[in-house]
Amino acid sequence: MAELLIWPALVAYGEAALAYAGILRAPGFTGRFAIWGVRLGWLAQTALLVVQALRADGFPWGTWAGALNLFVWLVVGAYLVWGCNARFRLLGVLVMPPAVALLVASWAGGGTGVAGGVHSGTLLGAHVGLMLAGLAGLSVAAGMSALYLWEERSLKRRDSRLFRLRMPPLDALDRIAAKIAAVSLGLLSVGIVLGLARLRSGEFDAAMAVTLGLWLLVATVLALRWEIGLRGRRAATLLTAVVAFVAVVLPITHFA
Amino acid sequence: MKLALVGISHHRAPVELRERVAVELAAAAAIARSLARDGEAVVLSTCNRTEIYLAADVDHELDARATGALLELADERGEEIAPVLYRLTDESAALHLFRVAAGLDSLVPGEGEILGQVRAAYEVGATGPLLDRVFRQALHAGRRARVETAIGESPASVPAAAAALAQQVFDDLHGRNVVLVGAGKMSELTARNLVSRGARIATIANRTVAHGAELAERLEARTVSLDHVGADLYDADIVVASTSAPGFVLLAGELEQEVRARRGRPLLFVDLAVPRDVDPDLAAFDGCFVYDIDDLEAVVEASLVGRRAEAVRAERIVAAEARRFQDWQASLAVVPAIASLRARAEEIRAAELAKAEGRLGRLTESERRLVESVTAQIVNKLLHLPTVRLKQAAAAADGLIYADVVRYLFGLEGEDGGRR
Repeated sequence: MAELLIWPALVAYGEAALAYAGILRAPGFTGRFAIWGVRLGWLAQTALLVVQALRADGFPWGTWAGALNLFVWLVVGAYLVWGCNARFRLLGVLVMPPAVALLVASWAGGGTGVAGGVHSGTLLGAHVGLMLAGLAGLSVAAGMSALYLWEERSLKRRDSRLFRLRMPPLDALDRIAAKIAAVSLGLLSVGIVLGLARLRSGEFDAAMAVTLGLWLLVATVLALRWEIGLRGRRAATLLTAVVAFVAVVLPITHFA
Repeated sequence: MKLALVGISHHRAPVELRERVAVELAAAAAIARSLARDGEAVVLSTCNRTEIYLAADVDHELDARATGALLELADERGEEIAPVLYRLTDESAALHLFRVAAGLDSLVPGEGEILGQVRAAYEVGATGPLLDRVFRQALHAGRRARVETAIGESPASVPAAAAALAQQVFDDLHGRNVVLVGAGKMSELTARNLVSRGARIATIANRTVAHGAELAERLEARTVSLDHVGADLYDADIVVASTSAPGFVLLAGELEQEVRARRGRPLLFVDLAVPRDVDPDLAAFDGCFVYDIDDLEAVVEASLVGRRAEAVRAERIVAAEARRFQDWQASLAVVPAIASLRARAEEIRAAELAKAEGRLGRLTESERRLVESVTAQIVNKLLHLPTVRLKQAAAAADGLIYADVVRYLFGLEGEDGGRR
């Protein structure tokens, strides 16, 4: 029965995704429906994860589908930190549709069930949790950077619809994306260290290489920002491109 | 109680007539006090309207008194004022006030200043139960309209559009440096808009340094000649240009080095001049945004379209508030009867308790309190439904009939001034 919790989560997230699309047509009105869909869906998914944690035989999110479930929860949770502020609601247009798609994929792959699990101990659980949290944070940062690029382009084109859409301020997107990336880098760092701690000889694979590459690229972008003041369109483009690339390559290398 | 409104506004009267009856807040307070007498009065006077709200138990020629006050203010132009006055009473007057507070009756829908002006008029007015209620509800309606719709959010003038644009780029403007190129009126208006949102006018660049110095002193900025403005661009965040030069003053080729040195930090050019001062090629640099007067007017136009659309939703909110006020005003007719009924019931309860005390013997303090509480609850429960239904009947316009029946049935005639 507990597996059925996925349905209210999917329905609520789906409603939010549609409502966010509605914001682009009729700003203001559907925003409230959207954020409530996200909140209720996240609560339902939280309940599902709690049940999974209590009942699973082993680490419940060790498979690709289970990891996707946890990843979606982390991304939506990170979005809620800013999404409840009306200024940042538009970020939901970029976050919720992929969240729905990934959660459906997780369900299809059996990642939302309450039986089964991977037996590998606390270290694996901590490693996976931290890595997913770091990647979720970078996804939200990339979403903000993508929104920055969209808004910057609209401002350059002098699109007067900007004011009706209630876009977040450009500078705020830049600053907050950098902060989220920095925090996520910290989480990734600890996750990588834990992963290396349980690494046995000969086990270094493509997924680890991609992860280390991601860490290096994000660290470089942040270092350039702080050292030489690289920000704005170039910084946003770099961050978005890096995360988008990893979002495609990492699952292939990790779960193929 | 009766509510009456007599007023003059931009809808029907030109500014030459409106200015004859416009009064400062202190004068509005004095007029309200003199008009209140045995009732209530509030005078609302802004650049677009002067309205007198009067309330009294009976219609003591409220209309005539308010009209007389306005004609007295108009003095020799009273004959011109009289035909353009509008008069509203009761629910219509309340609805009008709610619409005014929500900015729905303003030249620019949703303009924000009016809510503060209504509040100020209310605070200095000679209010009583009716005007106090209607003005508090008007302020509530005005706040609801602004919170639940986007009617007041987008800019409605070119200087406001420039300031809103700056906030769209920079979020908080506190500490942001503004460079003014040209010392004209539009520049100053825009600068003041930016300063009101926390920005700092760092530099004023003008062809005539002396003229720029006068403005710089008012805005506490330094002055430079137009030839040296490039050096200030590194630290600037916003450049507002409004000179009378025949061509571009800020050229992309000349400023490229300074702009590239910013490494993508946002720089907003607001070009209010015609012919334009800012070379559009500057927009090609990373982080640079160039908005000219046409772009800003397009922002204002889009904003007004949006405000008009939001005004429809705000009208629904205001209409709902007006219905609530109407229900409350209708319930006033039955309040005296309800008060008398409760007073009579309490009298009976207290009398019966006093009689029973002797028979019940000595009660401890807690037992006495318990008996008091139980009897009070019985009375409240018995009277609750009749009270609710009396108020409902009042809202449905049958209130006075039911109030008379209650007075007759419970022998309350004459106690509350009710009809016999």
